[in-house]
Amino acid sequence: MSSLDALTAGERGPQPPTEAFVPTALDPNTRADKFAATSAERFADAVLEREDPLARRSPWRTRFEDLVRKPGLVLALVWSAVILLAAFVPSLLAPGDPLDGVPADKLQAPSSAHWFGTDQLGRDLYTRVVHGTHLTLAAALTAVLVGLVVGALVGLVAGFVGGVVDDVAMRVVDVLLSIPALLLSLALITVLGFGTINVAIAVGLANVASVSRIMRSEVLRVRTSVFVEASHASGSRWWTTLGRHVLPNAIGPVVVLAALELGAAVLAVSSLSFLGYGEPPPAPEWGALVAGGRDYLRTSWWLTTLPGLTIVATVLAAGRISRALDGDPGRNR
Amino acid sequence: MSRYLLRRLLLAAGVLWAAYTVTFLVLYALPGDPVSIMYGGESSDVTPEQLDALRAQYGLDQPLPVQYVTQLGHALHGDLGSSVVNGQPVTTLIADALPPTAQIAGLALVLAIVVGGGLAVVATATRSRRLSGFLLSLPPLGVAVPSFWFGLTLVQWFSFQIPLFPALGNQGFASAVLPAVTLALPTSALIAQMLSRSLLHTLREPYVDTALAKGASRTRVHLRHALRNAALPALTVTGLVIGGLLSGAVVTETVFSRAGLGRLTATSVSAQDIPVVQGVVLVAATVYVLVNLLIDIVYPLLDPRIVTGSRRRATPPPPPRSADAAPEPAADRVPVTAGGTR
Repeated sequence: MSSLDALTAGERGPQPPTEAFVPTALDPNTRADKFAATSAERFADAVLEREDPLARRSPWRTRFEDLVRKPGLVLALVWSAVILLAAFVPSLLAPGDPLDGVPADKLQAPSSAHWFGTDQLGRDLYTRVVHGTHLTLAAALTAVLVGLVVGALVGLVAGFVGGVVDDVAMRVVDVLLSIPALLLSLALITVLGFGTINVAIAVGLANVASVSRIMRSEVLRVRTSVFVEASHASGSRWWTTLGRHVLPNAIGPVVVLAALELGAAVLAVSSLSFLGYGEPPPAPEWGALVAGGRDYLRTSWWLTTLPGLTIVATVLAAGRISRALDGDPGRNR
Repeated sequence: MSRYLLRRLLLAAGVLWAAYTVTFLVLYALPGDPVSIMYGGESSDVTPEQLDALRAQYGLDQPLPVQYVTQLGHALHGDLGSSVVNGQPVTTLIADALPPTAQIAGLALVLAIVVGGGLAVVATATRSRRLSGFLLSLPPLGVAVPSFWFGLTLVQWFSFQIPLFPALGNQGFASAVLPAVTLALPTSALIAQMLSRSLLHTLREPYVDTALAKGASRTRVHLRHALRNAALPALTVTGLVIGGLLSGAVVTETVFSRAGLGRLTATSVSAQDIPVVQGVVLVAATVYVLVNLLIDIVYPLLDPRIVTGSRRRATPPPPPRSADAAPEPAADRVPVTAGGTR
């Protein structure tokens, strides 16, 4: 494990435990005994599993059966579908008005009429959570996009150009990584001002460093490949090489990171909106909903618990899907 | 050894200077006028002339490079400016706010190491697949829980349902328990993740088989042989862990209405008190740099290969040396795909 892995793991939280495979496969010469064990295992695998006529089934059926064996992933996909639905057509899931309260019904516990209960103004909490989805999700997506685009650009240029540009860019990245992401976002918000968009930009910019680092290391890996050399040799211009050969081959891990980042971004955005830097009060951002329930903690548990659980489920779903994208079949549950 | 130390010290100083520069650029050079941000807005009974006078007072009418050099000079003499809200020196504000935050952060760190480390050890030691699967699924859950919500949930259960701890305030040890637990959650998840991964890796090393073959008990091999070696790579994230505690304090102290560095940050951001925000960010960077410096100093004592560098990389280099670390993922990636296609 390199320090880069350590850093990104630290920043990003859950990461697929990939290096489990390293010792046996990396160094067959110095660990002959281990290697022997694995090749025996592989042989056993081949004998036992290749009998399975998977190849004869249709790929869709295989994929479907794969899915059924991973209930966690299915759940994550279903939840994401619900969240997307809530973000794009909230009125389908909750036809009411999120800002419209019935004072007579204030602070009611969850029931069949009000699934998530009602708040101190008699507004239906379920409706508010559903209608808040697009605010939170849009902010998180914007944050990821900002981080991805800026970070990938920096990493691409640093890795491809190399030399002084690379040195300077990577030193700046080092420094940015020495400042905790939330504090960096807070500093940016101080200057940019409050509101969902500013929060999203601040969260996104705080992530540029780690994205550009991964992008750079991928570019460095791809840059030395034979096909890049061939592209140079056959006389293509540098931007063609960059755009047609380097970028498509280097972007994979960055996209996986972005999927993982989405969960982290939902957390960061809702933390900042909890602290009160998002949209002003009536807007039902998830973090703000939890903050609004704070004063009624003693009597009305649902006001904080249910929006909070929604955030947890969304972050978990994003993490699970990004692990699936990373394609680490042995580890998935 | 002394050359190694000197290099590390210089690097640390360089990172600090750069962190100062970055915060300066973010806070003063981004489009946007600090004075009108700080004094304008809703309470805009300030006239343009007064704004100009304020700009002159803070030296903000000077060209940016001049401002930068002046401020950096002040900062080197320990003067980080003063709060625009109450006029107190930033250093005093931070010095006052640091102890309560250090209290809960320290408590949280101990908790996180015990819980996270314990989880990693048990999860890798147990023979029960179900137990280890369950334990290893906890860290991702811990990272997914927003700490503000976790804190509020703790208050709900352990202050209101079962009145064990006060819900808010700074009085005594009891009031530090719930904030520390809140802070410890993401940290322990991170530690558990790092350590269990590192342990799984280490347990496949040949010397583990050797130790077992020579008759050492499983417990002894796990704790004396594997854990010691596995803990080294986990040490590299300590800087991140501490930084995480600091930024976690912003949310935690707001939830529990505790005075401290986090609360100071939150109120300063709300009031757009730029000098204080800059001071806090610098403190965070300083803490990160100091922790990593400490790790760099301790590391060679734990693993002499780091200084002599005679062997192939067996443990990752410490974080600041990232330039040499950069091409490594390329090397790491090969076995990953090899394992994936199995």
